[in-house]
Amino acid sequence: MSGVLVWIDQFKGRALPISWEAIAAGRSLAERLGGPLSAVVFGQGIDAVAAEAFQYGADRVIKSDDATLADFRLEPYAALLDKVIAGENPSVVIAGASTRGRELVAASAADAGAPLLDDVTEIVVDGSTYRAVHPVYAGKVLSDVSAATDDLHFVTARNRAFTAPEPQPARSGEVIRVTPVLSEDQIATKVVRFEETGRGTVNLSDARIIVSGGRGVGGPDGFAPIRDLAVALGGAVGASRVAVDNGWIPYAHQVGQTGKTVSPDLYIAVGISGSVQHQAGMRTSKVIVAVNKDAEAPIVKLARYAVIGDLFTLLPALTGAVKARLGK
Amino acid sequence: MRVVVVTRSTPDTAAKVQVGADGKVSWGDAQMVINPWDEYSVTEAVILKENQGVQTAIVAVGPEVHNDSLKQGLAIGMEEAFRVWDDSMEGQDSLGYSAAVAGAIQKIGDVGLLIMGKELVDTVSDAHIFQIGRKLGWPVLGSVFKIVEIDFNARTIKVERLVEEGKQIVSSTLPAVISVLKDINEPRYPNFIGIRKASKAVIPVWSSADLGLGDSASGKAAGVRVTGYRNLPARTGSVEIIDGATVQEKAEKLVAKLVEEKLI
Repeated sequence: MSGVLVWIDQFKGRALPISWEAIAAGRSLAERLGGPLSAVVFGQGIDAVAAEAFQYGADRVIKSDDATLADFRLEPYAALLDKVIAGENPSVVIAGASTRGRELVAASAADAGAPLLDDVTEIVVDGSTYRAVHPVYAGKVLSDVSAATDDLHFVTARNRAFTAPEPQPARSGEVIRVTPVLSEDQIATKVVRFEETGRGTVNLSDARIIVSGGRGVGGPDGFAPIRDLAVALGGAVGASRVAVDNGWIPYAHQVGQTGKTVSPDLYIAVGISGSVQHQAGMRTSKVIVAVNKDAEAPIVKLARYAVIGDLFTLLPALTGAVKARLGK
Repeated sequence: MRVVVVTRSTPDTAAKVQVGADGKVSWGDAQMVINPWDEYSVTEAVILKENQGVQTAIVAVGPEVHNDSLKQGLAIGMEEAFRVWDDSMEGQDSLGYSAAVAGAIQKIGDVGLLIMGKELVDTVSDAHIFQIGRKLGWPVLGSVFKIVEIDFNARTIKVERLVEEGKQIVSSTLPAVISVLKDINEPRYPNFIGIRKASKAVIPVWSSADLGLGDSASGKAAGVRVTGYRNLPARTGSVEIIDGATVQEKAEKLVAKLVEEKLI
C-alpha cells in the first residue's frame, strides 16, 4: 500500500478547478505517507486535462479515454476506479467534493468497504491517524473526525478549502493507460441529452466572488443590476431562498441550507436579511459585504462592510466604481 | 411494487446549533423535524402512489427520536414505516448506515425505487445515497429535479439531473436509487387527519440481527470516528458601515476598501 490517487473531475475536456485543490490536499498526504501522487483522468478527449494534471503536481497520470466514459456515469466510472485501485493499492483515494466527485468516491469506498472522510475542509496525518475537519449541522458547527492510516481510505475535499498549487508548465511525467471495465451494453444509465445552463457564467461553488440577491431585490428584474455587478467583478450570481421560491431566479443559484454551500473570498449580499439558513450556506466566506436598506438586518452584523441604502441606486454606482477601478 | 423513502429527524433549520462546554451539540428547545430535503422525497413518493398506484414505505435508521420524522412521513401520506436500530449501531459511519438501509430495503421487498433527499443536514453528507446504491447493486441518479417518465411495469425511469454545468437528461432501469432536489415538487405538509392517523401508528423496529447484517452496521466496524465538535471560529472584527454624502461616494469608498484587501 503506497501512494495517493487523485481523481480529476472534468467536463467535456475541461478540468474543474476543485480538482487542483484536491491535488493540493493529496500532495500534503503523499508527503507524509510516501509514494507517488497519481492523477486519475477518465473521459473522452482528455489529453489536455492529463497534461494539466502534471502541471498542477501529479507525478503520474492514469488515464482512460473511451466513448463509454464521455459523460460521467456512476456505473462505468466506479467500476473503472475500483479496477485502478485494485491495481495500484494506494493509501488514499481523494477527489474534490464536486457533485461527481462525491458520487464516485462514496460509491468506490462502498465497493472497497473502506472508510470515507467525506467533504473535509482540513486533513492531516498525525502519527498513524488521519485527522480531518468536516462541517456538520448545516455548517453551523464543525466536527473533528479521525481514522487510522493503516488501510485504504477515501477522501473528498470541500470546494475552496485547499489552495490549488501554482501550475508549472514544464512538468510532465509517465501516462498509464487503462481500459474500461464495463461495455456500453452493461451500463443501465444512458445520457439522453445535456442542456448547458448559464454558459459562460462562473460556477457558484468555484467562485472567488459572489453577488447574491434576496427579498429586497423585489422581482426577477431586480437581478439585472446584481448580474451587472457580478459580471464587472468576474463573479457568480447567487440568491436567497426567498428569491428562488418566488421564481425570480432558478434554483441552481440558491445559497443556503437547501441550496449550495459556498466559501468565496468576497460575498456581496444584496437585499438579503441573513436568516440562519442563509448564513449556513455562506458564513465561511472570507469577506462579507452587506448592501441593505435595514442597518439592523442580521447580515449586517455578520458583514465586514455594510452599505445602507437603496440597492437600486447603490448597485449601478458600485458597478460603475468597479469598472472605473478595473479600467473596463 | 414499492417506493421507499429514507429519512431522519434533524434539528429545525432555524435552530441555533452550538457546542456547549461539555463538548455536546445542542439546539436549545428547537424541535426535531424531518430532514428538510426529505420533505421533497416524501412528497414525490406520495405523488407516485397517487399517480402510479405503487405502495410506499418510509425508513429511518436511529434511536426513537427518529419516529418523529417517520410519523411526519406517514402523516403526509406514506403507508408503512420502519425503524432500524439497536445499541450496537451507535457510532456507525456512512458505510454502516448504508448497510442498515440496504438491509431494510431487502427486507421490505419488491422495491422499485428508493428516493433520497439530496443530503442529511445534520451530517452534511450525501455519501450514503451512493453507498446504499452500490450495496444494493442498483443504479444511482443523484440531484434529480424532475422525473420525466417512470414505468414500474417496464422498469424504466427517465429524469432530469442538475449538475455543475447544467441539466442532464438520463434514463435508467429500475430498481434504482434517486436523490432529489427542492425543485422537484411543492412539498406537502401533514393535515389534521394525517397527523391523527400517524400518531396511532406502531412502528416496527428491526435490529441488525433481524436484517442479517452481522456487525456491518455497527459502531464497532466504523472506520471513521467523530472525536469532537467545535463551534465555528467567531468572525473577527465588527462591521464597518460605509458612509458617504452621495451614493457615488459610498460606492467608491467600498470599492477602495475591496481593492485595499486585494479582493478585486
